[in-house]
Amino acid sequence: MKQILHLRVNGQPFEVLAPVHHTLLEVLREEMDLTGTKHGCELGECGACTVLVNDVPTLSCLTLPVEVQNAEIATVEGMADGSTMHPLQTAFAENGAAQCGYCTPGILMSARALLDRTLEPTEDDVRQALSGNLCRCTGYTKIIDAVLQAGRDLKLRRAIHPT
Amino acid sequence: MVTGQTHPDEARQWEKTMATATKEQETEFSIIGKRNPKIEAHQKASGETRYAGDIKLPRLIWAKLLRSPHPHARIRSIDASRALACPGVQSVITGADMPVTIGIMPTSQDEHPLAVDKVRYVGDPVAAVAAVDEETAADACRLIDVAYELLPPILTIDEALTREDVKIHEHSRRANVHREVHLDFGDVEGAFAEADHVQEDEFFFEGTTHAAMENYAAVAHWELNDKLTLWSSTQVPHYLHRELAKVFEVPKSRIRVIAPPVGGGFGGKSDPFSHEFAVALLSRRCGRPVKIVLDREEAFYTHRGRHPVRMHVKTGVKNDGTITAVHFQSILDGGGYSSYGLASTYYTGALLGVTYRIPAYKFDGTRVYTNKPACGPKRGHGTTQPRFAFECHLDKIAEQLGLNPVEYRKKILTPPYSETVNQLRVTSSAANECLDRVVEASDFGEKFRKLPYGKGVGVALSCYISGAGLPIYWNDMPHSGATIKVDRGGGVTVYCGVADLGQGCDSLLAYIAAEELGVEPGDVRVVAGDTDLAPVDLGSYSSRVTFMAGNAVLDAAQKMKRQIFAAVAENLEVPLERLAASWGQVYDTDDRTRCVTFEEAAILAESACGTLATVGSYKPPHLAGNYKGSGVGPSPAYSFTSCVAQVEVNTDTGHVRVEKLWLAHDCGRALNPVNVEGQIEGSAYMGLGEALLEESAFRQGLHKKPSFLEYRLPTFLDMPPVESIIVENPDREGPYGAKEAGEGPLNPVPPAIANAIFDAIGVRLDATPFTPEKVLRALARVPGGRGQGTGSAGIAGRTEQSDPRGLSRRRSSATESRPTATANGAGS
Ligand code: FES
Ligand code: FES
Repeated sequence: MKQILHLRVNGQPFEVLAPVHHTLLEVLREEMDLTGTKHGCELGECGACTVLVNDVPTLSCLTLPVEVQNAEIATVEGMADGSTMHPLQTAFAENGAAQCGYCTPGILMSARALLDRTLEPTEDDVRQALSGNLCRCTGYTKIIDAVLQAGRDLKLRRAIHPT
Repeated sequence: MVTGQTHPDEARQWEKTMATATKEQETEFSIIGKRNPKIEAHQKASGETRYAGDIKLPRLIWAKLLRSPHPHARIRSIDASRALACPGVQSVITGADMPVTIGIMPTSQDEHPLAVDKVRYVGDPVAAVAAVDEETAADACRLIDVAYELLPPILTIDEALTREDVKIHEHSRRANVHREVHLDFGDVEGAFAEADHVQEDEFFFEGTTHAAMENYAAVAHWELNDKLTLWSSTQVPHYLHRELAKVFEVPKSRIRVIAPPVGGGFGGKSDPFSHEFAVALLSRRCGRPVKIVLDREEAFYTHRGRHPVRMHVKTGVKNDGTITAVHFQSILDGGGYSSYGLASTYYTGALLGVTYRIPAYKFDGTRVYTNKPACGPKRGHGTTQPRFAFECHLDKIAEQLGLNPVEYRKKILTPPYSETVNQLRVTSSAANECLDRVVEASDFGEKFRKLPYGKGVGVALSCYISGAGLPIYWNDMPHSGATIKVDRGGGVTVYCGVADLGQGCDSLLAYIAAEELGVEPGDVRVVAGDTDLAPVDLGSYSSRVTFMAGNAVLDAAQKMKRQIFAAVAENLEVPLERLAASWGQVYDTDDRTRCVTFEEAAILAESACGTLATVGSYKPPHLAGNYKGSGVGPSPAYSFTSCVAQVEVNTDTGHVRVEKLWLAHDCGRALNPVNVEGQIEGSAYMGLGEALLEESAFRQGLHKKPSFLEYRLPTFLDMPPVESIIVENPDREGPYGAKEAGEGPLNPVPPAIANAIFDAIGVRLDATPFTPEKVLRALARVPGGRGQGTGSAGIAGRTEQSDPRGLSRRRSSATESRPTATANGAGS
């Protein structure tokens, strides 16, 4: 059975017709063509499908869209500001933090939630915040470097352009 | 060449050439060696990269595989009528529809795209369904009635070696042995007789899996003009292309395989797989594109991961530690099919001599079939297990002889430019420097045998191939080819058959073309992993891409450069040898104001010689020895890696915590240091996982841990800091002197951790993974081994605890190896 869902994704309202039991991950990828969000297990064990729901990192493979109808959902596609990449994205690109890149969208979302809380996370904070995201390529080292660098960049940017 | 001997003339000559070349080049490089972002970095950091599983085509339908629930059974009948009657089901296929044997190695073809007659492991694909959506296909699979006649499963190495009454494959001559190989070099008996001591040990390396984050995915579109296009997350588009043509009996020219960016491979995507054939045939039957994405549990069963290997090592040494002879025996638990198993078997015995001088060497390798998912190549293919064994074994010898483990290793190193006893040509090697650098960085000398009880450091050294010297199927053609096209706008396109798995090969090829032509990497487009568009590259395995595809692209780029320079030289009236190219300009090195832009240069060249395209190729020199089996092991160059691990062992819980890893890797030259560090760190991570956490273990043929919750990959919290040290020692045959970096750094990690555990608590763990249970069991065997948490134990005391009987015995009382481990049957 299909139903009409009202979702807000990356600041835009959407009306989507999807089977009721499909997960948010499936709806994003199959119904909305937002394939940036990845599936690594669909069991809540890898973090590849992480999106933000009202700024909280959430596993979209364990979320039913009906539960988040009134929430703000953010995916990796909404991270850049037009063609300007988010400092986290730039830092990932510059530091070689994405090898195959498959884990990257999920990790970016978790990292973004961390930097929303603090721009000066310790290495330990980063490890804790990203502990639900698996990466099989990088050994995590360069991801940690990238997140710390992005924190510094954002801080500098806010100092120059206070909002 | 003489065994273990340097060739002074050759070595000196090359050192000289390289020294000059290096110096000249270093000042000149504008791209090579720089910390550039990868050319696709921004797509990856924005979710734009399209993997196979992201592909959507008009009229796409979905497929699902039906897999065997039994480890070993004969298929009596398959009735698909209930499935076919389901609304939405388009087609059902079974093994009978593709009755052609396949296999990655031409000499062991023992698989079918879908099982024919028999299933050989839980998860063996039996049938496939195409339906309007994935759920319908999955539901329909459950309605296929398969009548099985159950057969007794063979689940252990010992059963496989002895059960003559049950044959997993009829072709096994002895019980369930897949292959036995025996090699003998030098006077082994005599050399053991000359030894002052003989050390013998048993080791076991547990099977592990790749667990790439991206699951297997494929989309097939068999068009009505009878052409097939298959997009697949594969490391080997070329081999897949060949197998598809064979199974479907269509000309290769009608098949196109595309490997979109792959979400991690590590060897796991190097075989032709059931799902790839299934979607192709279903698409042909349905006249629509068909897509399949395996789920995580299926990936654990698809496997082709690291072989569990039982090893027996016997080494004769002089009083000063000089090795007189080595006898290495391995038995590999291969699972249900051969995959790369023949190569894996040879690899367990091939490379020991590349690191250390072994004047006499005997190797017996046996691979058996068991009713479990087939094993195959995983990062470090076949060399990770023997390296673990041998580096722990050497550590014991050093301990017995009272030698420092670093000095000892340095003393017995195989010199550069020499030949091993099994006829491997060793060229450049910075193994010595790798050891020095890692010791210095980790302060090993200050820590070894000096840290308080419970803390310790360990060292290990290893080597790896920069691509195999021989192709998988015998042929005289290049191993890698490339085309470079330059357009009138100055755009450069590189075409090469490699598949980028995240290791960054597209970028490396772009750097090489950019360096030669003097443009920026961002100006270079790389068309890779497409059998229609790009010249053949054998695939992204065996750490071959940087070396081989790199050389092919370098060849093509240099030809292009010559054409362009010739035209510019004429136009500027400057001698050709005075021209150089960088940062988008071609200029006179004596007078930089005499220059043209690269775009102008391209127009000049195209006006002079017509459309600009060049080709390049690479084929390694003839490297195989003169014996059967000499095809596995040769490589145009070997990389070397040293590792120091520092651990803390909790003797109450048995928990091992790695505090830090230091790795020094001789990659010849780092074409991009960021990528090389990334490979070192990723390898260290994977080695750590294999040492401490990961195991592909089975119960009654069922995977015990077919999910990320159970099969424990190290997380952000498990991973210690890694210090990666790049040792540059340009190789004479690598592109700009580069050698591999993607696999070698994994190998020294498990033994360095094992050796560190010995330093910490005086017990040897000779079986991976080093779980708390194993640590506690080993401690329990040591008199007073537990509860020693207070104060530090002296070296003598600790040695006594762990090894009271000295050399020439098989197992120390404090050794935790697999209890059933014996090498009986290996080679007999
Ligand atoms: S796909 Fe959601 S956690 Fe793995
Ligand atoms: S970059 Fe490949 S899984 Fe993280």
